[in-house]
Amino acid sequence: MTRKQRRFTLITAAGIVLALAAGLVLYALRDNVAFFRTPSDVAELKVQPGQRFRLGGLVEGGSVNKGVGERVAFAVTDGKATVKVSYQGILPDLFREGQGVVTEGVMQADGSFRADTVLAKHDETYMPREVADALKKQGLWKEGAPPPKTQ
Amino acid sequence: MTVEIGHFALVLALAVSAVQLVLPWLGARRNDVVLMHLGDRAAGLQFLLVGVSFACLAAAYLGSDFSVRNVYENSHSLMPPIYKFSGVWGNHEGSLLLWALILALSGAAVAAFGQGIPDRLRALTLSVQASVAVAFLLFMLFTSNPFERQFPPPFEGRDLNPLLQDFGLAVHPPLLYVGYVGLSIAFSFAVAALIDGRVDAAWARFARPWILAAWIFLTLGIAMGSYWAYYELGWGGWWFWDPVENASLMPWLAATALLHSVIVMEKRGALKVWTILLAIIAFSLSLLGTFIVRSGVLTSVHSFASDPARGVVILGILCFFIGGSLALFAWRASALQQGGLFAPVSREGALVFNNLFLSVSCLAVLVGTLYPLALEAWDGSKISVGPPFFNLVFIPLTLPLVLAMPFGQQLSWKRGDLAAVSQRLLVAMGIGMVGMVVAFAMRGGVSALAPVGIGIGLFVVAGSISEIVSRAGRGGGGVGVVLRKAFGLPVSAWGAAIAHAGVGVMILGVAATAYEVERIANVRQGEVLSLGTYELVLKDVQRREGPNYRDTVAVFEVRRGGVLEDIAEPAKRIYPARQMPTTEVARITRGFGQIYIALGETGPEGVVPVRAYWKPFVLFIWLGAVLMALGGGLSLLERRMRVGAPVPAKAVRA
Repeated sequence: MTRKQRRFTLITAAGIVLALAAGLVLYALRDNVAFFRTPSDVAELKVQPGQRFRLGGLVEGGSVNKGVGERVAFAVTDGKATVKVSYQGILPDLFREGQGVVTEGVMQADGSFRADTVLAKHDETYMPREVADALKKQGLWKEGAPPPKTQ
Repeated sequence: MTVEIGHFALVLALAVSAVQLVLPWLGARRNDVVLMHLGDRAAGLQFLLVGVSFACLAAAYLGSDFSVRNVYENSHSLMPPIYKFSGVWGNHEGSLLLWALILALSGAAVAAFGQGIPDRLRALTLSVQASVAVAFLLFMLFTSNPFERQFPPPFEGRDLNPLLQDFGLAVHPPLLYVGYVGLSIAFSFAVAALIDGRVDAAWARFARPWILAAWIFLTLGIAMGSYWAYYELGWGGWWFWDPVENASLMPWLAATALLHSVIVMEKRGALKVWTILLAIIAFSLSLLGTFIVRSGVLTSVHSFASDPARGVVILGILCFFIGGSLALFAWRASALQQGGLFAPVSREGALVFNNLFLSVSCLAVLVGTLYPLALEAWDGSKISVGPPFFNLVFIPLTLPLVLAMPFGQQLSWKRGDLAAVSQRLLVAMGIGMVGMVVAFAMRGGVSALAPVGIGIGLFVVAGSISEIVSRAGRGGGGVGVVLRKAFGLPVSAWGAAIAHAGVGVMILGVAATAYEVERIANVRQGEVLSLGTYELVLKDVQRREGPNYRDTVAVFEVRRGGVLEDIAEPAKRIYPARQMPTTEVARITRGFGQIYIALGETGPEGVVPVRAYWKPFVLFIWLGAVLMALGGGLSLLERRMRVGAPVPAKAVRA
């Protein structure tokens, strides 16, 4: 095998693997990403039931209902709109009323959101970036200020 | 006073790095040995000065000197000393100081242990290393000074984030940083070789131990971080495909590729251009990782003390070094000489295969990690790319790599015989097949992927060891003879076998997660919760006082077949200083499996929400990583012996 042939084989092999990987990545990106939406987005876009996305905002004051069994219900708000959320499992340590939260799950037919993940944050002053941006857009919060009160 | 000394030492370190940047480079240009040797002195001095600076900050922490803003914001006088100390790097400024310290340590190590490296190469390497130091020290002094004072000094600190008050913080960041920043040496070597225009097998011999050492620490650092997240976050997961995790996985994948390609370069003089490029890429990914973690541009579950404004400066540093080194590469690479020839089926060919798949999977992780940023910049929509994406992409891309690994290990250089190697691996394949069939027969409602994973894991473990077995068993003889021969094999053969077996062990641990049992329940006192073959009985709920926290402890009896096996005490902990609760998970280890119990917040009437798991063979995941690092360590040992004892470290004079 000459040097030229060897290089050709190498480049061809690399090209094939790269093409396969690119195809795989594009295919996976089509179905496996979750869009971030605020409660206002949900109301405006009329999100169809069965859609999977991330819902972010503030946990509405007084909305947390630990209920019976392992189900927890609460509401996520951005000041303009509110979405009811249900979640099975143990809430993260820093989950509190009036605090920023990001949940991931599926829209239900009755307009509520069934979350399978509630993202915990590691720092009590930390605000998820998407939530912060969304709240700033609504004029509810400024950089550095404590989280706004909801009710 | 010590605080001012620390600050001053940092300024001096900057000045020394500037000297280290310019003079050795001038020396290399003019062939002036005196100037070149100045680099060694400067590197030692720089390490000493950054060390003094670090010690001063540590003293401020240990002495709870709250007149220092950084200490006030991240410490508390009641914290145990070990957390006071590890609190030094539990924040933005301090972690950068640790970064700078390890950078300086790397340079000093090259100066001290690299006396066998030609003067020119060493001088240029130290000069490049100093350029990184200058950038980071400037960044620290102008935007992130940990020694800033405040007046009047408060009486009490604001406490360290409770999640960080753990032994994990004492170990994980230093290990990870030695790995991350250790890759800077590979980078400096590569850039120095490009400046010098000489890249040959000797370069690979000099650079290889440093690459290997950085890789070992990176492996341990990531594994430690994963284990820490597993027990500290209380979700029972060990890898979330979170941007911060990917930030450490990408340099690891690149460093693993580099580790293998540099062998080809050393032994056969081939893959030179690629190896140099890979060395640049590996450290660039380290810098990218630092940027992602420090800036918080990507929403992460592991975000601590990130600061977008200052993070952007790191982006500038990142662009400068990546852009500069790649431009230099483009300019000089074509001048590099071609290396030796090899057939596609050969050890070289196998290592090329390894590099191809490692770098492509690294690229896929990069795309998945940065895609949300790119999309937001493009049309403003916010998305997250989570585990489904990464599992779908990463597993198929690493599968061929893992399957080919035992074959590549046994192929000979230049031209290999695949049929002969396959024959030697028959036993390993048999073990894998049997394991898979047995697991499939007994799976009982578990995903079909799990038995496949078990089969592959067993094949990799058996296949990795089979090289040792077949080499020692050649020519027959009794068990004693074979054993003696096995231990007489080169240490590097053992190193490769153990590291590769570690990959198999990890795959087994991951496959076993499919068999875990999870229970979520609200439990009252005296109630029994069954968990696989175990029963958990809630005996009592107690309150306990710690030095700077209060615990609500649930005391569980762990029973099996009615027999008391152990007591588990998971707790909900509250730190009054920050009014922040944490979950203290209880883990009971049985063999390689663990019972894992996390509590929710205790409700009215003493109802305790519990999330409990039985995780069979879960420890294999981290044991695999430890084996990889151990294998790497063995290879490192052998090198030292072959090159000859290292030249005694010339006392690093300061």
